Amino acid sequence: MSEIDAYNPRVHWFAVLTAIATLGLIGVGGVVTSQGVGMAVPDWPNTYGYNMFFFPFSQWVGGILWEHSHRLFASGVGLLTLILSIWLFGRRGRLFLRYFFSPLCGIGALVAYTMEEPRMQDALFLGSLFVISLIVSFIWPRCERSRPLLRWMGVIALLGVIAQGVLGGLRVTLFADQIGIFHAALAQLFLIFMCSIALITSKWWNRLRVKGYEALKSRFIGCGLVFLTVMTFGQLVLGASMRHQHAGLAVAEFPLVAYGKVWPATDEASLAKLNQGRIDHRDFNPITKNHVTLHMAHRLMAMTLFILAAVFVSLSIRSLPRGHALGSGLIVWFSAICLQALLGAATVWSNKAADIATLHVVFGAVTLALGTLLSIIAVRLAHPVSSRASVSAEPFVDLASVSKRSTPGMA
Amino acid sequence: MNKVYSRVLAGVLLSGLSISTFGGDITGKITLKGTQPKEKKLPLDVLCSKARAATGATGIATTRFYVTDENGGLGEVFVSLKSVPGDYEVPATPAVMDQVGCEYTPYILGVQVGQKIVVKNSDNVLHNVHPTPRVKGNPESNRAQLPKGKDLDFVYNNAEKFLRFKCDVHPWMFAYVNVVDHPYFAVSATDGTYTIKNVPAGDYEIQAIHRKAHAPKYVGLTQKITVGADGATADFVVDITK
Repeated sequence: MSEIDAYNPRVHWFAVLTAIATLGLIGVGGVVTSQGVGMAVPDWPNTYGYNMFFFPFSQWVGGILWEHSHRLFASGVGLLTLILSIWLFGRRGRLFLRYFFSPLCGIGALVAYTMEEPRMQDALFLGSLFVISLIVSFIWPRCERSRPLLRWMGVIALLGVIAQGVLGGLRVTLFADQIGIFHAALAQLFLIFMCSIALITSKWWNRLRVKGYEALKSRFIGCGLVFLTVMTFGQLVLGASMRHQHAGLAVAEFPLVAYGKVWPATDEASLAKLNQGRIDHRDFNPITKNHVTLHMAHRLMAMTLFILAAVFVSLSIRSLPRGHALGSGLIVWFSAICLQALLGAATVWSNKAADIATLHVVFGAVTLALGTLLSIIAVRLAHPVSSRASVSAEPFVDLASVSKRSTPGMA
Repeated sequence: MNKVYSRVLAGVLLSGLSISTFGGDITGKITLKGTQPKEKKLPLDVLCSKARAATGATGIATTRFYVTDENGGLGEVFVSLKSVPGDYEVPATPAVMDQVGCEYTPYILGVQVGQKIVVKNSDNVLHNVHPTPRVKGNPESNRAQLPKGKDLDFVYNNAEKFLRFKCDVHPWMFAYVNVVDHPYFAVSATDGTYTIKNVPAGDYEIQAIHRKAHAPKYVGLTQKITVGADGATADFVVDITK
């Protein structure tokens, strides 16, 4: 049996858990931006001088509650990603833990303890990690490593989550809203990356290749899905730019704009009028012409995406054989787009209520993730099984069950 | 003879100087024309509700975008002279802003370039003080301030209109500081009246800016005035009906 085709349900479900946690993290990040409390904790990586894991619960108040929760949630996702990326290396992960990660934490703890002004909380935290990772290295699963692609994806995911954490920190310490936009965009990319790992580690993925769903006769569906998914990502970046500049209500009416017009006026008098009546307890920056343009670009892009997706899904379903799994996937994806469009409208109608605006962000991420997964599947189906793949194509094997039989308790 | 002539000349020059240097106060009233938008209720949390109750404040806490009296007087308008030449000594006395009942007091403040701004925290609540300047050279910062904690100092060396101070822990807390390069400014009281004291005699342009009504460019309303020995008067009408 080739290690390349091994299926490990525990790795797969762990990847699913990490992807779901990432979506949750995007939601909490969305709340932070919607509430306008991204700077409620002035320092990073500490929280008001504390090691973030030692910050007293009694002080989780106001904006700190959301920002600090976001940081802790992010740490949790970072930990899950670390575990997953090591797990993808199979039993060799224990070497990494024992001879690299654990000593690194130990050295960190020593450095923190022996500093001129000892950082006891950091020393305690790193010391705990040293002990825990050392113990874990002895009970680490003795499973086979995953295929090279997945191992690389694990490494990239780990680097990505670290970069994402640093970006989040720099956004706070450098006072740069622009970094917040990159932070939001990278979060979406990280989500689709985790979803891709979850897909590729699934039993279904192996079935797809070995047993095979009916292959797609043309590349239309694959290309169309990739195009629309890239467009969705562009739309999410536009949305993030708008949110981080607090231009979500730059045009406060929907579907038409003020006085029944299709495009809002952006002359000085109109903008002054708009700002005069813009009463919000968060008192966001005054709306400028650029904000209005950005907002309208987001709407236009949404409308274009919606129409293109509707036409595309309709054509694709007709071209697919009856009962093809991709057809159901396309319907679910288009439903998510419809719901997302509705949430966008509701965000304006509700005067950008924080909960609705956050749901809009979360469903944007869901739409992107669905589009990505369907794109990967469609591209895979559009390419006939190659001779190389045919040679290696074997019925998938549940590696965990094999491991259970050979080494009880080690999966 | 020369001595006498010199004394007479000095007297004439001094009296002339006194006329051109010592003017008076500029006074006036700002009035709002039009219906002001309804203010929003502040979503105070439990700690802030307690802090507010401790100040003796009653009623519902709301935003303070349009502060008016029953006669249409408009408060919190920043009034200043435009383009006043000369170098002015930086006041030794700092401008003070306090956090009381989870709100900044005062809401609109004027300071001179280089003048120290002291931010106090009279609340038994943790705040972060986060000024967000837009003018290059005025540094952005974000500092924690413990309950009834130590005062924080800020200094800005470039003129800027409506430099926002905010608390991100309590996203409804805002104050705006106008940094100007001369001492001739004032903020209108709740009844709309203002006084700019000790303005030298001469011709000036005076500007009145309301943070909400004149956003985003803050050009505001201007008038040309002549300040004499009795000072001058300049009234403004902020029209939000247009």
